[in-house]
Amino acid sequence: MTLPADALIRTEGLRLDRGGQRVLWDIDLTLRRGEVVTIVGPNGSGKTTLLRLLIGALVPTAGRLRRAPGLRLGYVPQKLRLDPTLPLTVDRFLGLPRRVPADAAARALQRVGMAGAAGRQVAALSGGQTQRVMLARALLGAPDLLILDEATQGLDQPGEAAFYRLIDEVRRTLGCGVLMVSHDLHVVMSASDRVICLNGHICCEGAPQAVSDAPEYRALFGIGTGGALALYQHAHDHHHDHGHEHDHGHGHDHDHGPAHARPDTDSEGADSEGTVSEGAGFEGAGR
Amino acid sequence: MLDDFLLRAALAGLAVALAAGPLGCLVVWRRIAYFGDATSHAAILGVALALALQIPVLAGVLAAALAVALAVSGLGGRYYGADTLLGVAAHSGLALGLVAIALTAPASVSVESFLFGEILAVGRSDLVVIWLGALAILGGLAWRWSALLTATVNPELAQAAGFDPRREQLLMTCALALLVAVALKVVGALLITAMLVIPAAAARPLARSPEAMALIATALSVAAVGLGIWASWRLDSPTGPTIVSAAAGLFVVVQAVRPVLRRGSWF
Repeated sequence: MTLPADALIRTEGLRLDRGGQRVLWDIDLTLRRGEVVTIVGPNGSGKTTLLRLLIGALVPTAGRLRRAPGLRLGYVPQKLRLDPTLPLTVDRFLGLPRRVPADAAARALQRVGMAGAAGRQVAALSGGQTQRVMLARALLGAPDLLILDEATQGLDQPGEAAFYRLIDEVRRTLGCGVLMVSHDLHVVMSASDRVICLNGHICCEGAPQAVSDAPEYRALFGIGTGGALALYQHAHDHHHDHGHEHDHGHGHDHDHGPAHARPDTDSEGADSEGTVSEGAGFEGAGR
Repeated sequence: MLDDFLLRAALAGLAVALAAGPLGCLVVWRRIAYFGDATSHAAILGVALALALQIPVLAGVLAAALAVALAVSGLGGRYYGADTLLGVAAHSGLALGLVAIALTAPASVSVESFLFGEILAVGRSDLVVIWLGALAILGGLAWRWSALLTATVNPELAQAAGFDPRREQLLMTCALALLVAVALKVVGALLITAMLVIPAAAARPLARSPEAMALIATALSVAAVGLGIWASWRLDSPTGPTIVSAAAGLFVVVQAVRPVLRRGSWF
């Protein structure tokens, strides 16, 4: 398996079994510099597991995974889960594992809208503030690939929009690749170059519009024939219960059996331009 | 000289306190106090093993503590939480060890000295071994501190930064086993976890950073050893338990003065 020049990570036939059950299978994925890729999928579809495979926290059962030599990863986990017995100021956290100069830390905090927070205790921050501080920490490492797991959890809508603008700016200034995971459909998709729809395997992938029109995606998220409007409404619903554990059901059918045909098995297909869908309402919806 | 054995006791206690301070902080941050119990109770099994095989007690204890620590590290599964399994391991290890000592050891061997320590009986060679062990633990923690801390805050963050959290956990496991082996003579198998947990817990409200907490825990630990040896000398009480009582007293004092210390963003 060769790594294309601008590729950061490439996987081929990646598979992970847990307790005799397959959790992820047939994952062919190439992440490139300067590209924002979002993985969407219902709860239990293996999104976080895939991220953990990519950062090396899990060992695949089968398949191949290659990272560009010397690849610097910036990782923002879903939650920090800091034990209350661990006293930790924001600036000390930014210096984990390698200490950073105070002015660099201050700049990184300013960039994520947390200026002046260096002396605060991490445990005293709100969920959204913790996410921003974790992003600042990831940025300080000048990552080649920024990986964010449900990074907008705990952010309100303006905060969320600002967060994605920041990600876009980071991608442009650092030239890094960005991989995000979300089950928040529309905002994240409009902020992405490429969307991967995951449910154990890659159901479909491509430009956001192409994916939102794909029957596999619609089956998975229970979007009927309403196109962009239905997508908007589904996503809009979604916003009001953020911060809770999402039951992603919404009464829709998420059983996406493995027997389902997979239309887009080779990762090269990711480069194809999305077809123009009905209605342009996707972009900016819900802001 | 009268004070010779007291001096040796103080030096032995100092060595254990220096190692237990930072290691104890990591134990409470990682919530592995039960793991410490399982490891230290295995020391009694190690004593039985050493007596039966006629090898040095320290070697037997180190081997048993390390074996149990490695076996139970990262336990937890389909039917039990990790704490349940560690509870099973800790208490079975202790009970089996006591039975084994009763069956194999000569009548002259006092089980109590292994359960509660006999710091006043620390000899010169013991002192050398205890200090070597304590310095090895401190050296290991200092060497890997940043990686250990990152893995403690969040294992995935450590992984993404290029450290294997499992390796850091292995280091913790070895450091704990080593501390159990060197602290057995000082506070005994039953109270080793107390020397890890109580000074660290007492230090928490006084610290704003992990490093400060480790330093304060070490200072409180040293103070507890000093107070404990002095008090046991005055009261003629068993020294190991008196040291732990002194640590508990310091914990209570910190709780009492905490409202005075509380300022703005401390919590």
